[in-house]
Amino acid sequence: MSASPAAEPLIAVRGLAKSFNGKQVLRGVDLEVMTGETLVVLGGSGEGKTVLLRHMNGLLRPDRGSVWFSGQKLNDLDENALGEVRKQVAMVFQLGALFDSLSVFDNVSYPLREHTKLSEAQIRDRVRELMRAVDLGDGRVESLYPAELSGGMRKRVALARALALRPRAVLYDEPTTGLDPLVTDRIVGMIRSLQKQFGYTSVVVTHDLKSGFAVGDRFALLDQGRIRFAGSADEVRASSDELIREFLRTAL
Amino acid sequence: MPASINGMFEEVGEVAFLARDVSRNLVRRPFEARLLVEQLDSIGVRSLNVVNLTAVFSGMVLALQMGQFLGKFGAKIYVSRIMGLSLLREMGPVLTALMIGARVGAGITAELGSMTVTEQIDAMRALASNPIKKLVVPRVLACTLMMPVLTVIADAVGLFGGLIIAVAELGLTARYFYTSLLQNMVLSDLLSGLGKAVFFGYVISIIACHKGLTATGGADGVGRATTSAVVAAAISVLVSDFFLTKLFLST
Ligand SMILES: Nc1ncnc2c1ncn2[C@@H]1O[C@H](COP(=O)(O)OP(=O)(O)OP(=O)(O)O)[C@@H](O)[C@H]1O
Ligand SMILES: [Mg+2]
Repeated sequence: MSASPAAEPLIAVRGLAKSFNGKQVLRGVDLEVMTGETLVVLGGSGEGKTVLLRHMNGLLRPDRGSVWFSGQKLNDLDENALGEVRKQVAMVFQLGALFDSLSVFDNVSYPLREHTKLSEAQIRDRVRELMRAVDLGDGRVESLYPAELSGGMRKRVALARALALRPRAVLYDEPTTGLDPLVTDRIVGMIRSLQKQFGYTSVVVTHDLKSGFAVGDRFALLDQGRIRFAGSADEVRASSDELIREFLRTAL
Repeated sequence: MPASINGMFEEVGEVAFLARDVSRNLVRRPFEARLLVEQLDSIGVRSLNVVNLTAVFSGMVLALQMGQFLGKFGAKIYVSRIMGLSLLREMGPVLTALMIGARVGAGITAELGSMTVTEQIDAMRALASNPIKKLVVPRVLACTLMMPVLTVIADAVGLFGGLIIAVAELGLTARYFYTSLLQNMVLSDLLSGLGKAVFFGYVISIIACHKGLTATGGADGVGRATTSAVVAAAISVLVSDFFLTKLFLST
C-alpha cells in the first residue's frame, strides 16, 4: 500500500474469505477501489460477485480478512455505526429491491425522510431532481407502485433512491442484467453521466463485459473466490488469460 | 431426528437473539409512534371479528356441554361458575392466541418474508435504516399490547354466548347467570388469563417476525415460512400454557 494520500483507496478489501454452510465462496479477495474511479468486477454466475459487493457496505461480515471504507475498518463496526458508512456507500440491488408497499415517490424520498430534516417542499424538489437524473423526470411515475413498473424503470428508480443522500460511493449489482439492449445502453449511459456529474466512486458487478467496458475505468476478474486479474481496459484486451479471452469473446 | 432437534434448539436460540435486539431497539430513540398505531390497528382492531366469532361459539358450546353434563347431577346452576373459570383462565387467552397466531402470525411472516426474499430488508439496511426498529418492534409491541385487550373482549363475548344458551336451553335466568358468575369470579382468574395473553402475544409475534426475516428462496419459501410460523406459534402457545398454568396455580 502506498503512503501517498492521493493513492489512498476509498474502499479496500484485504484477504476477504466467506463461506455459507461450509461452502467456500470467497477465498481471499484483495481489491482496492480508488476515489473517483469506476471499478468493474467481472465474474461468472454464482462466483460470489454479489457476496463480495455486500461486504463493501457491511451487509455481510467477513469470516476472514477485512473491509475498509475511507480508512475505517468495517469489521469492527456494529449495525448502528455501519449506518453512518451506508449513508456514504449506496447500493443498487440486482432487482431494485424497491419497497413494494410504497409509491415511487415514497421510495425515493425514504432516505431523505429517514436521515434529513428537509421540509416537505424541499423533499419534493429533491425527488424531482433525482427522478430527472435517471430520466424519469416527467412526473408520471412518481405516484405508481413498484409492481406497476418495468424492470428497467425499477432499476432507475432504485438508482434514484440510492443517490438521494449524495453518497461518496455507489455499489451496483448487475445494473444491466435482464434488460434488453436498448435499455441496457440507456442505463450504461446513465451510470456514466451520473458518475461524471456527481463524481462519486463506483463499483459495478456484472458478468456482461460489454456493458462493463462502457462504464468501467478499471476491471477485476473474480474467479474461484479470488481476484484473478485486475487492470485497465487495454490490459484486459491485451491479456492472454484464457478466462479473460473468453469474456472478451462474449463482449464482441 | 437428532439433526432436527438440534435445528430446533438453534432456532430457539435465534429467536432469543431477535428478542434481545427487539428489547434494545425498544428503548432507542426516536420512538416510532405512527408505525405502532398502524400495527395496533391491523393486528388488534382488524382481528376483532374472528376473535368475537370464535369466542361466542366457544362460549355457547361450553354452556351446552356443561349444562348437559351438570344436568345429570342436578347441578345446572353451576354452569356460569364453571364457564367463568374456564373462559377467563383458559379458553379466552388460548383460543384468542390461536386465532391471532393464525391470522396475525401468518400475516406478519408473509409480509416480512416477502420483503426478505425480495431484498427489501437488505435495502432498508443499505439505506441505513433499521428493520428491527421499523418493522419488528411495532409488530411485537402491538401484538403484545393487543392480546390482553382482545382476550378481555373474547371473555366477555364468550360469556355472553354462554348466557344465551343458559337462558334458551338450560332454563336459567339471565339474572341468576350473571349474579352467580360475579359472585364466584375472582380477580385472579381474570389476571392469570391476561398474564397468559400478554405472554402469548409476545411469543406469537416474535416467532412470526423471526420466520419472516429468515425466509429464503422466493415465493415458495415465503409460503413455507408462513406455514411453519403458524404451527410454531400454536405449539408454543399450547405448551407454554401448561407451564404458565402450573405457575399461576402455584402462586
Ligand atoms: N446468504 C447466503 N446463504 C447461503 N448461500 C449464499 C448466500 N449468499 C450467497 N450464497 C451462495 O454463494 C454463492 C455466490 O453467490 P453470489 O450471489 O454472490 O453469486 P453471483 O456471482 O452474484 O452470481 P449471479 O451472477 O447469479 O448474481 C452462490 O453459490 C450462493 O448460493
Ligand atoms: Mg449476484
